[in-house]
Amino acid sequence: MENILEVKDLNISFDTYGGEVKAIRGVSFDLKKGETLAIVGESGSGKSVTTRAIARLIPSPPGRIKSGEILFEGKDLVKASEKQMQNIRGKDISTIFQDPMTSLNPTMKIGNQIMEGLIKHQKMPRGQAKKRTVELLELVGLPNASERVDQYPHQFSGGQRQRIVVAIALACNPKILIADEPTTALDVTIQAQILELMKDIQKKTDSSIIFITHDLGVVANVADRVAVMYAGKIVEIGTVDDIFYNPKHPYTWGLLGSMPTLDSNEEELVAIPGSPPDMLKPPKGDAFAPRNEFALEIDKVQEPPMFKVSDTHYAATWLLHEYAPDIEPPEAVKKRMKGFAKTGTIRTSEEGEKS
Amino acid sequence: MAKYIFQRLVYMFITLFIIATASFFLMKQLPGSPFKAEEKLSAAQLEILYEKYNLNDPLPIQYLNYLGNLFQGDLGVSFQMNNQPVTEILMSRIPVSAHLGIQAMIIGTIIGMLLGVVAALYSNSIIDYASNIISVIGISIPSFIFAGLLQYYLGVELGILPVAFWGSFAHTIMPTIALAIFPLAISARFVRTELIEVLGSDYIVTARAKGVSNATLMFKHGLRNALIPLVTVMGPMAVSLMTGTLVIEQIFAVPGIGEQFVTSIMTDDFPIIMGTTLFFAFFFILIILVIDILYGIIDPRIRIAGGKD
Repeated sequence: MENILEVKDLNISFDTYGGEVKAIRGVSFDLKKGETLAIVGESGSGKSVTTRAIARLIPSPPGRIKSGEILFEGKDLVKASEKQMQNIRGKDISTIFQDPMTSLNPTMKIGNQIMEGLIKHQKMPRGQAKKRTVELLELVGLPNASERVDQYPHQFSGGQRQRIVVAIALACNPKILIADEPTTALDVTIQAQILELMKDIQKKTDSSIIFITHDLGVVANVADRVAVMYAGKIVEIGTVDDIFYNPKHPYTWGLLGSMPTLDSNEEELVAIPGSPPDMLKPPKGDAFAPRNEFALEIDKVQEPPMFKVSDTHYAATWLLHEYAPDIEPPEAVKKRMKGFAKTGTIRTSEEGEKS
Repeated sequence: MAKYIFQRLVYMFITLFIIATASFFLMKQLPGSPFKAEEKLSAAQLEILYEKYNLNDPLPIQYLNYLGNLFQGDLGVSFQMNNQPVTEILMSRIPVSAHLGIQAMIIGTIIGMLLGVVAALYSNSIIDYASNIISVIGISIPSFIFAGLLQYYLGVELGILPVAFWGSFAHTIMPTIALAIFPLAISARFVRTELIEVLGSDYIVTARAKGVSNATLMFKHGLRNALIPLVTVMGPMAVSLMTGTLVIEQIFAVPGIGEQFVTSIMTDDFPIIMGTTLFFAFFFILIILVIDILYGIIDPRIRIAGGKD
């Protein structure tokens, strides 16, 4: 399948009073038409910064794209002007944000907030835009849509507001939908509904989705491929099966080990020790080494390159080097992997999430 | 909404009654008498005057008489100005003050808001610092200093504008500028601070992600949300500007209500003091009501209780 988006060696820094924070350090990935790519990682690993950079929504200053390319249908967005970006945002690339309580304008009717994009990008007259808005609200499952278009955000519940945010993002049938933790602020039943909704809509419109989350249950449910980020880098990328059945990076092991499941009665959750590095002074060598019980001597000196595991699966750990000792994932993670395999589907984890 | 406004009108009435009572008795404590200045009057003539205006009656009787007349819309006649009715005097003075006040308010807030918007857009740039300096100067230096400087440079040195008096539009320019500087400075400050906060909020990012232009972002999404605190301070300021500022009206010899008020206090012209005070109070309460309704229009979340609109 063709790539709709290619990110190549992206480097982003923030200039702060304390110095330069290297938030993104050489991120590369691609996104195919119609697929869902999940980006997972701890808070501060650079998930949101990466995706905001794609829509060029990073405030500058202090943010700065130092180098790299973001090729959208072959066109480099890093070099695009603000005017050009305004024509791409909302039309080709749109974003669903994390917190529905704050991401709608409190003094504007929700209908007008949805219509804005339609009027700007599709040059619709107001009447037609309003009709389309009602359709969109029905599509995202908001009852009484034709009456409620004239209401203000404070008259809706959190879940309803997130549906409105989704409707705004979908208004112009974007080619890429960036969902920045769209379910984090919602309670679990609403989470499941919003996820179903997004999957549904993707089927109808064949858009590509970049889904940011730190919830591996959600990943298993929605994603085709997964990129694991740590300290501003992608440390492992592969299909959902690659990541859940055959994880190679010790950090991915840590994430899987700390994920609760229904049948994880036999052992407690395994936390990853320590905390992420200070990106003002990224450590020499592998950024994960200080927290990694399997770290090799070379990890402290040199950063590992991406090693190829299979055509779809890459991981940045020296453990994959031909001279490296043969190290198995810890028992807890292996059990977890077997658990996924036993039930035949990784979806179990997601049921556990919901209950 | 109608119920709410009715309720507010009742409160307004009670407030006015309290103000009328308090100012009546306070006013009577003023030293001197209305007719003292006219030295040539004999004791007998004075007595006739006192009798004529019922000033010999006991205070409570005078008070009740005043209230009675007030209810009939009669504010009395001036002791000093040829027995002209107070309402007539107010009516001739208010338009002058209101003219200056409205002009100053409009110019001040519009330029101030633009300055604030630009400062917020380019925060921590040279433009922002310049706007900051203008605001600090405008807030900290009293208007009569500007009035004097304007008179000297524009009126005397360059001779392009009349130094004082009232008549043509040219006469209004300098007092308007002098009056406008304070609201300009205040609104520039408020808009800048609020707008920077609003522009950092999530819904602005949502709007940007929709691809709206910077101008739409600023005026449609940003400014409206930044206006609430400004409306709060601008209301009372509008009242004080439109009811005439004593100093500016004196400096430019403008026949406004502020100038009249001061003169009436100095001459113990009781009916005018009362009439002006009540007018100020009425106007102030009215503006506050207007502001409360404005809040609801700007921000739907604070639509007045008890109704869907």
